[in-house]
Amino acid sequence: MNAAVVLFPGSNREGDVASAIKRITGKAAKIVWHADEDLPSGTDLVVLPGGFSYGDYLRCGAIAARAPIMNAVREHADRGGLVLGICNGFQILCEAQLLPGVLQRNAQLRFMCKEVFLRVERSDTPYTRRYNAGDVLRIPVAHGEGNYTADEETIKRLEGDGRVLFRYTSPEGKLDAKWNHNGSTNAIAGVLSEKFNVLGLMPHPENHVDPLIGPTDGRGLFESIKTVLEAA
Amino acid sequence: MNISNTVKITPELVAEHGLKPDEYERILKLIGREPSITELGIFSAMWNEHCSYKSSKVHLKTLPVTGKIVIQGPGENAGVIDIGDGQACIFKMESHNHPSYIEPYQGATTGVGGILRDVFTMGARPIACLNALRFGSPDHPKTRHLVSGVVAGIGGYGNSFGVPTVGGSVGFHSRYDGNILVNAMAVGIADTDKIFYAKATGVGLPVVYLGSKTGRDGIHGATMASAEFGEGAEEKRPTVQVGDPFAEKLLLEACLEIMAKGCVVAIQDMGAAGLTCSAVEMGAKGDLGITLDLEKVPVREEAMTAYEMMLSESQERMLMVLKPGKEAEAEAIFTKWGLDFAIVGHTTDTLRFLIRHNGEEMADLPIKELGDQAPEYNRPFTETPKLPVLDASNVPAPKSLGDALEKLVASPDLCSKRWIWEQYDHLILNNTVQRPGGDAAVVRVHDGPKALALSTDVTPRYCEADPFEGGKQAVAECWRNLTAVGATPLAITDNLNFGNPEKPEIMGQFVGCIRGIKEACLALNFPVVSGNVSLYNETQGRGILPTPTIGGVGLLKDFQNSATLAFKSSGEAILVLGDTRGWLGQSAYLATIVGREEGAPPPVDLAAEKRAGDLVRDLIAKGRVTAVHDCSDGGLLVAIAEMAMASGIGAALELSPGGISPHAFWFGEDQARYVVTAPALALPEIEAAAKTAGVSAMRLGLTGGEQLILPAERPISVAELKKRHESWLPDYMAARN
Repeated sequence: MNAAVVLFPGSNREGDVASAIKRITGKAAKIVWHADEDLPSGTDLVVLPGGFSYGDYLRCGAIAARAPIMNAVREHADRGGLVLGICNGFQILCEAQLLPGVLQRNAQLRFMCKEVFLRVERSDTPYTRRYNAGDVLRIPVAHGEGNYTADEETIKRLEGDGRVLFRYTSPEGKLDAKWNHNGSTNAIAGVLSEKFNVLGLMPHPENHVDPLIGPTDGRGLFESIKTVLEAA
Repeated sequence: MNISNTVKITPELVAEHGLKPDEYERILKLIGREPSITELGIFSAMWNEHCSYKSSKVHLKTLPVTGKIVIQGPGENAGVIDIGDGQACIFKMESHNHPSYIEPYQGATTGVGGILRDVFTMGARPIACLNALRFGSPDHPKTRHLVSGVVAGIGGYGNSFGVPTVGGSVGFHSRYDGNILVNAMAVGIADTDKIFYAKATGVGLPVVYLGSKTGRDGIHGATMASAEFGEGAEEKRPTVQVGDPFAEKLLLEACLEIMAKGCVVAIQDMGAAGLTCSAVEMGAKGDLGITLDLEKVPVREEAMTAYEMMLSESQERMLMVLKPGKEAEAEAIFTKWGLDFAIVGHTTDTLRFLIRHNGEEMADLPIKELGDQAPEYNRPFTETPKLPVLDASNVPAPKSLGDALEKLVASPDLCSKRWIWEQYDHLILNNTVQRPGGDAAVVRVHDGPKALALSTDVTPRYCEADPFEGGKQAVAECWRNLTAVGATPLAITDNLNFGNPEKPEIMGQFVGCIRGIKEACLALNFPVVSGNVSLYNETQGRGILPTPTIGGVGLLKDFQNSATLAFKSSGEAILVLGDTRGWLGQSAYLATIVGREEGAPPPVDLAAEKRAGDLVRDLIAKGRVTAVHDCSDGGLLVAIAEMAMASGIGAALELSPGGISPHAFWFGEDQARYVVTAPALALPEIEAAAKTAGVSAMRLGLTGGEQLILPAERPISVAELKKRHESWLPDYMAARN
């Protein structure tokens, strides 16, 4: 599997995700500069990491969505290649219209760094093959603007197509406003593109992969990608 | 301000620059003529309290600053210690008190930015931030706004910059009503052979300006920070700078890249007093002159004068002396990161600080004297009178120990600070082994197994009552917190926050605290490697509580061999190591439950402190104890409650021993104590080890159940206690004035 992690000037979790990929797949990811126009040849997974791509003082990800490298990322996605956007990466994917919807400020208007519970909605995707539908994962979030929303029509379509991959729930996997920490519509934490090859999610699975540091519920996501890519 | 450089210097102008008449006389004598306005500005920047340490220097010199592990003590951008394997830990703490009161978000933000720059200027990649915050009384109408702004600002900077904020301390007291404290600490890692210093060497080398452009923000910031607040402090808002963590992140990456390429001779960040202070330090430390041509300085505003450029405190800027021939390579790196890069001057052999603007000479001053000849005061001081020891019999007992405990754990000082640290990204970089909420944060170094333990501590109540014991206690508590996770304490940074040093009683507090810090550092082999002094923390003539914040770093050879405070399982014995005498003077119980702040604070027996700490560290290393917690504010019962709340496991406690009244036993704040748990089988060995070490060990009860049970008291549900503990701060912040 050949992963490429895109480095925007204000990315700051590129190291976290690169080390998770190395730890789980055994193969180091290539780091790609935002001003480059091409992905390394043979890339089969593109990761847009967390951070504050261009400072993000206005709309998070709005400038990054127009960076030179994004044309290559879009072409990769159009060809059905896997694109994973985590946190700021999710915001960038929405701004680049590779995913629908937007991420607004958290409902309580504060940055939040804490562990949350995510319910896996389906396991027949490249990102969740190693989980079971209904599994509840303990994964940290760290964002100020993760409140997912879209117009009614889009939400209906996303739900109808089964493109909501993760939701914020209680530890038992129940939908509950109390556990939807940022106020996202339908407690949406992660969504897929129409072809299921592009995933954006706010939580950080890459921060829960090392048993010496904490829980390891995030490993399954990277193991799933590895399984899918190595089978291809 | 658009006045001519040759404007007549009047006594009013001198006073507006925060210089005393005798200090101005000193300037006249030094340069033998009337200074230009730019020169006056430069002197005011270099000779204010914040930059010159003129009131504190004579006392700071007494602190122990050397040791086997010390690579660089105070005097550089940050302190450097050896943590083995060719690695160094670089750290410092600094205050941003005045700006944070005036504009809490930006004040706190730029405090974090400044301290991060101090650390990466030396070649280190920052791995953790901490802070120590003091706010006014929760009832004060501005407190909520200040808490909200400061916390958002600290988070806003660190979260975007990409460094985890892993720990700190927060307290409230009416004495901070008009003058809050924001102390920020940064910790970084570098190879011991790749550390960069401010000292310039070599004549005729290019002096390079890096980072963001210079604007009119922050002019006179350091002078403002060296004065008391009166009415209308808010009018000083224009002296507060605006932080840009994105620019700082770029600056970090560009600086580390340029350093790795071997381009750098000397580097200094532009902090307080910006271009002035950084250029003078680089030149003076290297016995070189510096010439600057200001028309080359990247500016973001039109028609800036020399005076403005020399005093601007615009953030995210650096000054660097480059190796000859490296200009193109260095510039390419900065251009890649989208940052300004300009050669603004060169080093000379004249020992003059020469400032030109469009060819016109604006200032020409002796560079060494700007720093060395700053006034130095040995200000008169009066010792703080000793307070009588408060006998426990003069402190009323609560109706119920349980009620008092419930009130204490839900008090502003002892409640959970989750609402605060959840706004800080404390997980980024994937190395946070122990998250906020424990005795000390534990951060893995690279891939481990090595880790650093980090903590910030001070008990201002104690320092106010007895500066000497309070100074000792701040150091001892920091040492204890590092020990409680199993780390070997290595060194500290100190952030000394006091009132107006021109008042002998305030100076007495300062001198007393320094003496206490010194004694504790010597006894515990815990040198001071960096620090910062913040004086004039007064509003309308009333000083803050003396607050010498101590930031400590400890080393864990293998972080898997560390301890946490949560109870681990039921049926384990709870022990206190160290003597319990029931000291209630200046205790949290006395202040919170009885509403009095009286008596002498608990004395710190440093030999006992060392014995207990060394014992606990050894027990952790041998895996004999299952949970460890430092016993401090609130005493034994609060410590046990915290261990229970962290785990959800309760405890059944025994009757307190005869000879001490129960409330003094459970809430007294005797020092040098730890609460530990261990399986019954390990008890004989622990008790024998304690006996050998000369530390008393007393059994307090057993873990288990879901309640805290005290003899003859109603049981307290741990879940209920935790709910109270967790809810005070969110409830307070959600309420309206």
